[in-house]
Amino acid sequence: MSVVINPSDWLYALGGGLMIGLAAAVLLGLSGRIAGISSIMAGMLANLFPERRLPEVSWRAMFLLGLILGGLLFATLFPQLVQQRLQVGWGGMIAAGLIVGYGTRMGSGCTSGHGVCGIARTSRRSIVATATFMAAGMLTVFVIRHVLHLS
Amino acid sequence: MKALIALGSGLLFGVGLSLGGMTDPAKVIAFLDLGGQWDPTLAFVMGGALLLTTPTFRWLLRLKRPMFEQSFYIPTKNDVDSDLVIGSALFGIGWGIAGLCPGPAVVAMYTGAPKVLAFVAAMVAGMWLRDQVALRRHRRQLAAAPQSSPADLSRS
Repeated sequence: MSVVINPSDWLYALGGGLMIGLAAAVLLGLSGRIAGISSIMAGMLANLFPERRLPEVSWRAMFLLGLILGGLLFATLFPQLVQQRLQVGWGGMIAAGLIVGYGTRMGSGCTSGHGVCGIARTSRRSIVATATFMAAGMLTVFVIRHVLHLS
Repeated sequence: MKALIALGSGLLFGVGLSLGGMTDPAKVIAFLDLGGQWDPTLAFVMGGALLLTTPTFRWLLRLKRPMFEQSFYIPTKNDVDSDLVIGSALFGIGWGIAGLCPGPAVVAMYTGAPKVLAFVAAMVAGMWLRDQVALRRHRRQLAAAPQSSPADLSRS
């Protein structure tokens, strides 16, 4: 293993992380909601089915719209800082999407809800979840790259 | 007001994910690739976020209520069960394959890249599938509970 780190990248990463944390704190402090993206998406999905309708639909849609607009805004202001190098083809993207969707619902959260918000509340469940998906992600990349040599 | 707060928070979140580099699958995979040339940069994203959320969440959750709501909506479950571990492991596998987790995938929708849209559509399908499974299980448990005792029903 060798470690590579681009000296300016970690400052961007830290800045981005602080903004994410501020966004989560604003949502919790003003609206009392957890900024967990998989749960917000699933909450919107549930509202498509009357029997599972949750109160307060609109804030979820607005949060997701904000995410997309945030990406657009950043890419417009700083196009030179945006890179999006996709790593897999159609099959990989669709399979991964399915697994991510199924897994985040089964495990009640993803990187944002468990990793950023849950750990901040020192939730035991979120600490276990974060350690598990980090380890599973690293193992998956190891198998794909260094055992199967697929990429 | 709540819609406006959500829009603002989402916008800030989306800019943060972009600036942090989470929306670049190559960078995410490089972060997860301990066996190759490991790029630990993205640890600063979660570190930076926690640096802010850890003290502020602690302070906020001591307040009686959020500013524009009657109460906080915080998950109440506290037990580590097999669903949590298996679900998180599955999520990690998908994250490792494509290098995208739900937030950055939604942010990247602005590009209109067909493969990103396919990932998001598949993710929504996976969520729906899991929620159907959970709903069926919940209904079965309700049906199995003795109907004469409302106390049992409320606990299930």
